[in-house]
Amino acid sequence: MFDIPSTDASTHEGRPLALRVAGLRKSFGDVVAIDGLDLTVRAGECFGLLGPNGAGKTTTIEICEGLQTADSGEVEVLGERWDRDERSLRERLGIQLQETQLAEKLTVQETVNLFRSFYARGRDVGEVIDVVQLGEKRGARVGKLSGGQKQRLALACAIVGDPELLFLDEPTTGLDPQSRRQLWDLIVELRASGRSIVLTTHYMDEAERLCDRVAIVDHGRVIALGSPRELIASLGAEHVVEFTIADEAHASLDAAMLTALDGVKQARHHGGRWTLEVTTVALAVPALLADLAARGLVLGELATHSATLEDVFVSLTGRQLRDG
Amino acid sequence: MADQMLHDPTGVARPWRDRSLAQLTLVRFREFIREPEAVFWTFAFPVILAIGLGIAFRNKPADVVTIGVVSGTSAGDSLAARLAHAPGLRVRPLGADEAARALRTGEVALVAASRPAGVEYRFDDTRPEGRSARFLVDDAIQRAAGRRDPVAVSERQVREKGSRYIDFVVPGLLGMNIMGGGIWGLGFAIVEARRKNLLKRLVSTPMSRANYLASFLFSRLAFLVLEVAVLVGSAAILFGVPVRGSLLQLFVVCLLSALAFGGLGLLIASRARTIEGVSGLMNLTMMPMWVLSGVFFSSSNFPRVAQPFIQALPLTATNNALRATMLQGAGWGAVAPSLAIVAAWCVVCFVVALRMFRWR
Repeated sequence: MFDIPSTDASTHEGRPLALRVAGLRKSFGDVVAIDGLDLTVRAGECFGLLGPNGAGKTTTIEICEGLQTADSGEVEVLGERWDRDERSLRERLGIQLQETQLAEKLTVQETVNLFRSFYARGRDVGEVIDVVQLGEKRGARVGKLSGGQKQRLALACAIVGDPELLFLDEPTTGLDPQSRRQLWDLIVELRASGRSIVLTTHYMDEAERLCDRVAIVDHGRVIALGSPRELIASLGAEHVVEFTIADEAHASLDAAMLTALDGVKQARHHGGRWTLEVTTVALAVPALLADLAARGLVLGELATHSATLEDVFVSLTGRQLRDG
Repeated sequence: MADQMLHDPTGVARPWRDRSLAQLTLVRFREFIREPEAVFWTFAFPVILAIGLGIAFRNKPADVVTIGVVSGTSAGDSLAARLAHAPGLRVRPLGADEAARALRTGEVALVAASRPAGVEYRFDDTRPEGRSARFLVDDAIQRAAGRRDPVAVSERQVREKGSRYIDFVVPGLLGMNIMGGGIWGLGFAIVEARRKNLLKRLVSTPMSRANYLASFLFSRLAFLVLEVAVLVGSAAILFGVPVRGSLLQLFVVCLLSALAFGGLGLLIASRARTIEGVSGLMNLTMMPMWVLSGVFFSSSNFPRVAQPFIQALPLTATNNALRATMLQGAGWGAVAPSLAIVAAWCVVCFVVALRMFRWR
């Protein structure tokens, strides 16, 4: 939608691209996991693949990591290709897989030492452990670490080879809010140090917080691409109003009536809850209240928030894919 | 750790990369040592098993057979008196009913009763004890009555180390241990790493896959030296089990068979994704060899038609070579055919395993 690249470009503003994917397809039996996917990631940017579970994010990122092969399509990582340059490419990448269980009987230090030994050049082990804030856990067994600590250790193993490009597959899935924020800070720091990062997530807030650009992926395709701000702006509405009717069964509302109200761009009804995308809350809410009063309906709940990527996703998939 | 020394500010440090094999091997050691159960099953269990079997099958002094003599009559009493000093017999004077009951319950192996025409032996001829009691009693009675043997015989008793059951079983246990170490040691560790996505994580780095597999072999070989020393050493100290051949030859036999079983373990683990799946394959592989390959009893007990198959099994070949080296003091020439079988298994297993291996 935004910024669709020409497929033969391997540079952006004179800098080589971190990642270029064109026409990627992959099926498992009858199931199409990736259905013609295109991506470009610029050097130094943090790029997010955002989508629900089963959208094809992990398959896509693992093809980019050279761990799966595509049925067709092109993948160029840091200007190199997996079939030709695997050996040198592995040295330049840092990878965090979804759900890797590192050896539980080893200590933090031993684990990072092991991963360091695989790379011809890389960072100091002690320094990397400090960077991921596991300095105090250096001698602790991996099996004794919390979920967040394990995830930070996985990140340490991914960055100990001093990679140019970092792939993070759902880095914060299953973590508590505090651990997530800790990990976000680390990713922001890595991005600031000039590394390119590709991450997948199904948390919209994570993509909004971390990513320069986001590709929203659904059913193996990119359905929207741009910076979080651009994507939200594409709604044409900066706010969202959600409400319920106290006596839902007797309500005679429909989307057309609500869309006709001042400042309302779109209305959807889902699971007993109405969602309005509005341009100006100050216009839309009084209009809504007056309208409901005129119909003799009593408001149950009312909430408003600024539009997020979540709303973009609902807007895109809700209309085209989910609710028909 | 000496991280500071290894860190080279110019960024062209070499030592780390050279250390990947060492690091991987260290990981294997650490994982093993930090698993107390594994240490027990590898080192203590075979020794305990050998001690148990050694005690159960220890050579007892020649058995004394208990017999009953029907007493109460003067002829019966004099029969009992004649047998009282016969070698290898213990005589219990019993009433007629008592004697019949004692024979039925196996308290006595034979009942001798005086008859007008001579002596009657009552015994169960399907019991070895009954048969030997018959010969001992008869011999004593006939000699006491004046029989002379026409052929002069002399006896020399031989109880030599190396021919006892414990001598037979220790090389078998050693072979079984080498098999278990290779198959369990590699199989479980590799499938566990695959199941936890660790294998995939490792191949996403520039790690050399050859180094990864070599680290298993290196750590197996290091533990092998300990295993062999512990089992052979304690068998020698506790039971005097001999090593008549050269220690070098014993070590080479162990080394080659450890490589072969390591290859077999690798092959078993090459595709499996679950511990349950690989456990089934391991049992399927090892169970027949525990029974057929002469661990606890000689494989020659099985029918002749099965022998070509049994002799081709890697554990049979290993056990044959171990027994020949330890008990018979056989040289290289004598163990060469067995070693050739083991070497063939080693090559075939590694080649097939590496072709089939699922890294992701």
